[in-house]
Amino acid sequence: MATKTDAPSGRAPARPGRRGWTHRRREYLAGYLFVAPQLAGTALFVIVPLALVFWYSFHEWNVLTGSFQFTGAENYERLADDPALPGVLAATAAFSIGLVVLNLSLALALAVLLNQKLRGTVLFRTLFFSPVAVTLVAWTIVWRFLLQDDGGVNGLLSAIGVDGPNWLRGETTAMIAVIVVQVLKNVGLNMVLFLAALQGVPKELYEASTIDGAGSWTRFRRITVPMISPTILLTSIITVVGSLQVFAQIDVLTSGGPGTSTTVLVYYLYQNAFQFHDFGYGATLSVLLFAIVLVLTVVQWQMRRKWVVHEN
Amino acid sequence: MRTEHSRRAKTGLYGLLCLLAIPFVFPTWWMVTSSMKPPGEIFAFPPTLFPADPGLDAYRRVFEFAPFASQYFNSMYIAAAVTVGTLAVSSLAGYAFARIRFPGQNLLFLVVLAGLLIPSEVTIVPLFQLFNGWGMIDTHWPLILVPIFGAPSVLATLIMRQFFIALPIEVEEAGRMDGLGRFALYWRIALPLSRPALGAVGIFSFLYSWNLYLEPVVFLSTPEKFTLPQALTQFVDAYGGPMWDVQLSAATMSALPVLVVFVIAQRQFVEGLAHTGLKG
Repeated sequence: MATKTDAPSGRAPARPGRRGWTHRRREYLAGYLFVAPQLAGTALFVIVPLALVFWYSFHEWNVLTGSFQFTGAENYERLADDPALPGVLAATAAFSIGLVVLNLSLALALAVLLNQKLRGTVLFRTLFFSPVAVTLVAWTIVWRFLLQDDGGVNGLLSAIGVDGPNWLRGETTAMIAVIVVQVLKNVGLNMVLFLAALQGVPKELYEASTIDGAGSWTRFRRITVPMISPTILLTSIITVVGSLQVFAQIDVLTSGGPGTSTTVLVYYLYQNAFQFHDFGYGATLSVLLFAIVLVLTVVQWQMRRKWVVHEN
Repeated sequence: MRTEHSRRAKTGLYGLLCLLAIPFVFPTWWMVTSSMKPPGEIFAFPPTLFPADPGLDAYRRVFEFAPFASQYFNSMYIAAAVTVGTLAVSSLAGYAFARIRFPGQNLLFLVVLAGLLIPSEVTIVPLFQLFNGWGMIDTHWPLILVPIFGAPSVLATLIMRQFFIALPIEVEEAGRMDGLGRFALYWRIALPLSRPALGAVGIFSFLYSWNLYLEPVVFLSTPEKFTLPQALTQFVDAYGGPMWDVQLSAATMSALPVLVVFVIAQRQFVEGLAHTGLKG
């Protein structure tokens, strides 16, 4: 998404005459053959399924009973009246907002810390990044153990005199837990992106502002943030879209519970399609998920004109 | 922001960094050490940092409770296939979009780009139906084909395209003078020069496949065909309670190969992934 859609740079020099014509034809053929696997695969496994999602969403389709019937907009009426949906959307919003805010602010804070003139920052970079290399489900299983009532987290809290809650059994604490566990797993990626951006900010800017008497917070707000705003935009788009796809962590940590407090849209869609075998409604929920991803991406992309100061 | 710090400020910064590192490092440490503890010691409080009497009994039991060896092999070969497939598909397409001019190129590029906005979570219902029609339910085909052509490979194509655009054209022009065709230019000149990008895409697609969870859960039903992420959740006793020591041993084994690669090649690993951006 960071790419420009400009014309390719490797233009072949046009050759005159008949040889030029066959040469150009061979270039065209090479171009089509090179992109053919990607295009055919994307069409078959992405574009066609997306079209089918829309088509299925106009059908009542239960896999167990084998019924498949065109019902028009009935699934969408059901969507509007679904008593569970407001809760699911609230959980999705809470999860995504919590995850994006915590992930981006922690990633930026860690990057600023690692950008100080200190020995050993490479070691800490490795440590903060290491969860990325741990198998996702393994990481989640360990945290499920640590978050038990008598687990390591509460053990640590009791050592400083705090009586910790049963994290995965309370509605609010379960939501906090799935967000934090997910942020710790992947925040290293955004941290590294921010660190690279910070190191690209020209030193002269800071020197000039120090002479002007600007404090470190002012410098951070007035110089650092605007200078790295393209990176902030890119990471926030990736993180927002990624947050809407989180499934494994919720399945392993809470199975959407307690109650439905951590049932986000992907999980609800999975339940309807593959546990209740209601493919028609599952497809309708897929359309909703796709619409949310699309709108959020377009909105963020538009926002770049407003607050991304420079683009490199 | 790189300023000189006083000694006190330095001590404070180190203290802060160490404190912040705990939630990132302790879970992995605890997973590895606890897998070598007897069940009673796993729950000991305060938790022991080193196992008092390390043993590998739980590791033996992993293979008794589940067809873990075949599950391990499944994850390995599927991730390898996804990595090789993604590298081939994305470097070919990335090269063409960067270097070759052909009619309809921009439109085709937009079609591929659209794949980024359509994660497999959105299309999982029709994907199930398509693979069902092809008789591929409870096989590994969906786990291999969907990542090679879906959103992750589109991202890979973008990375490869950016890399090829930045590559100096002169090297290829020399090859062209020698009469090399397009495929030879790609295979013998551009590809050998693009090892950093290939490394990034390789690590990224291997990890993507290694962590894949929704697809195995949806498509697979025979334990012998499971991949590791799904297999890890299956270590429960007769009452549905998790068998912690066995589960942690299996989790450790599943994390070990990638962790070893990470420790050995951390620079390539960190910087490679920084260019891709996995899901948040």
